[in-house]
Amino acid sequence: MAIDMAQFHQIFFEESFEGLDAMESGLLNLDMGDVNVEDINTIFRAAHSIKGGSGTFGFSAVSDFTHVMETLLDEMRDGRRKITQPIVDVLLGSVDCLREMLEAIQSGKALNLTGIAQHKLALDDALKVSEAQTNLSNIGQSEHTESELSAVSQVDGWNIAFSPHFDLLKTGNDPIRIFRELSSFGNLDSIVDLRGVPEIYDLDPEECYLSWKLILKGNIAASDIEDAFAWVEDNCDLSMQVILPPSSVSVEMPEQSREIRLQQQSQLPEPIPLPQDKQKPIENQEPSKATAAKAASSSIRVDTAKIDTLINMVGELVITQSMLSLIGEHFDLTKLDQLKNGLSQLERHTRELQESVMNIRMLPISFVFSRFPRLAHDISSKLGKKIELKLIGENTEVDKTVVEQISDPLVHLVRNSLDHGIEMPDVRSAAGKPETGTVILEAYHRGGNIVIEVRDDGKGMDKDVLRAKAIEKGLISEDTVLTDKQCYELIFMPGFSTAEKLTDISGRGVGMDVVRRNIEALGGNIEVISNLGKGSTISIHLPLTLAILDGQSIAVGDETYILPLGSIIESLNIKEDRINRVIGQGETYLLRGEYLSIVRLHEIFHTPNVKATTLTEGLLIVVEGQGARYGLFVDDLLGQQQVVIKSLEANYRRIEGVSAATILGDGSVALILDIPGLLRLANQ
Amino acid sequence: MFETVDNIESEQGKQANLQFLSFTLGKEEYAVDILRVQEIRSWEPISRIPNVPSYEKGVVNLRGAIVPIIDLRERFNLGSSVYTPLTVMVVLQAFIGGKIRVMGVVVDSVSDVINVNRKSIQNSPSFGHRVSTEYISGLVSVDQHMVMLLDVDKLLKLDGVDNEENS
Repeated sequence: MAIDMAQFHQIFFEESFEGLDAMESGLLNLDMGDVNVEDINTIFRAAHSIKGGSGTFGFSAVSDFTHVMETLLDEMRDGRRKITQPIVDVLLGSVDCLREMLEAIQSGKALNLTGIAQHKLALDDALKVSEAQTNLSNIGQSEHTESELSAVSQVDGWNIAFSPHFDLLKTGNDPIRIFRELSSFGNLDSIVDLRGVPEIYDLDPEECYLSWKLILKGNIAASDIEDAFAWVEDNCDLSMQVILPPSSVSVEMPEQSREIRLQQQSQLPEPIPLPQDKQKPIENQEPSKATAAKAASSSIRVDTAKIDTLINMVGELVITQSMLSLIGEHFDLTKLDQLKNGLSQLERHTRELQESVMNIRMLPISFVFSRFPRLAHDISSKLGKKIELKLIGENTEVDKTVVEQISDPLVHLVRNSLDHGIEMPDVRSAAGKPETGTVILEAYHRGGNIVIEVRDDGKGMDKDVLRAKAIEKGLISEDTVLTDKQCYELIFMPGFSTAEKLTDISGRGVGMDVVRRNIEALGGNIEVISNLGKGSTISIHLPLTLAILDGQSIAVGDETYILPLGSIIESLNIKEDRINRVIGQGETYLLRGEYLSIVRLHEIFHTPNVKATTLTEGLLIVVEGQGARYGLFVDDLLGQQQVVIKSLEANYRRIEGVSAATILGDGSVALILDIPGLLRLANQ
Repeated sequence: MFETVDNIESEQGKQANLQFLSFTLGKEEYAVDILRVQEIRSWEPISRIPNVPSYEKGVVNLRGAIVPIIDLRERFNLGSSVYTPLTVMVVLQAFIGGKIRVMGVVVDSVSDVINVNRKSIQNSPSFGHRVSTEYISGLVSVDQHMVMLLDVDKLLKLDGVDNEENS
């Protein structure tokens, strides 16, 4: 086969990681009491695809390992095994192990063989428990022992059950030849099963009615035996089980199983998939693909429905275009209406097209959220806490870039909530709260933003403790006056950690400032509200997409600027009597009991031809962004529109107070204002 | 990126004759390497950028890219320009901060494409601190006129633009 399999590796890895995620979330969703068969099927299918894929690509370590998992899952699926928490834990551990293996292979690193062996042993143990529990052990065990062939390198021999299909002989194969080859490996004993042979009148001499039970003694590699059967694998039921040396994990074959094995062969739900196994060269275990260096997933999976819409839309666009060119060919004024219609159609289609193209980049936030049940599960069992994690709004769609970038900061926040936020059960009940703490992870749209909230009903944050800590660390001076909000914001300062002792879960004090920086790099902001004793809420506001922004056009003089719609809280006409001046200079506006500082855009931007120079002539827009909140004084509000964000820095440079630029409908360039930047400018 | 510039130069190195696009600013005549000229556009309204030197007139939309426009008269302290329909913008490619940047310069009018023999380029005279000649890479004489050859990279290296962080 000259096909370079490496070109498919990336797809295999992506699919496998997706499969692992599916398995993980499926396992976490398993309800011990009432198990949904479909859930198990989902997990099983994911495991099965990984096994198949890894077999095809020669990642035998992965396929062997998955096979053991599959066996266990198969028993769960058939209802032969009760689903218990320990088994789920073992399976979760195996999912992790598999992920590590795949990552190692992907990046061309060596596999952590001891880790793999440990997980495999745990799986095997879990399988053995089932044998003790259930009498119907032969199938389970046969697969079990078969699976051990990869775990144990030293084998004493093999029990092989070989039941050819009736047409084996017609394909030109002769079992005798196979047996001859097998006997060249070691001492071969064969027991023939004659029960399938019909009465003499029904007997067709060209058909094979026999099946065999073979016992092959010697330290023989599985692949050798598989090779011997390579020609007949499609025409027979074959199962192999290893005979272990007495010293190693003893697998006593129950006597009765020897007898009934042969009949059971054809009933095996998953016949040992030889075709996959035989292709893998055993020595391929070494990750030979140094070239398959870990590449960030730059591809995207798109719902076909989305693509269909897109194609439809392009079709419409082409029709409209041809209609317009037809009108244009012989244009006279009678066709003016047609032209107008055509243009408005064109406009609509273009807009729809733009929306659907943007839509392709949108992924549900569940891509990020799905990892958290696992995190909660692990942390709560590790710390002995009772925690319920609720996910709300998982289907909220966000830009792919945002999804990728938000994941690490979010993990940090959820960890903090689980570790520091939720108290131990006894502390909770002492405080009159339910023993089980709740952490809610919620995503929703608000304006042009997506809001992600991490809420917990834990102990909350103590303002005074935060303050004292900040003073102790020298982050603020002792006489600094802080509002409540500013106190909570202290946690975002570099080098601030209130954890009494460091755990491996969180509390190294390098976190929150990095979290904030990451989120701000995405054009978002983060804020924290906390109620001592009742819990904390951390909300992240992020732009839906990094390429398009819902903007409000504003006019100052002859110039047009764009304000991100999400940053506008309200806009109002200014009443003279609410204006106050601080030391005759700084202007503030009294709004519902709060003194807002006024920033005059025309002053900080030195705009010529301003229409409104006294405050009462213009409008005050109350804006908020990244902790800054003030009134922006402008001439007028224009329309709202979606704008495409263009970089100023590509050919030019960063401008204070401006985050980017965009192109307006008339082809001119408008600047998009940066809310905190404007305040910095005003304060200079 | 360096190769791009090198290529341009080595290509020119093969020929003894270099081509320059000449334009006028007031009574003076300047020229830039023609291989750095992307296009010549008529004057169009510019979106002003706040709080920048006055010679940085603002930005325009050049087929979807945001391109800054620099007024060369003001850059050279030749007085402020009056923009007329004859005013033109020469869109240049400059190699700044590790990447090619596209910028436009406003000039009074574009005159000609001139062929210059490499040997006939004279060094720009030094005026000490009185006149800044850092953007001028040489002088040539065309029909008894002096034409100043401009170094595009140095000319367009605005404050802050060469900052690697921004690129």
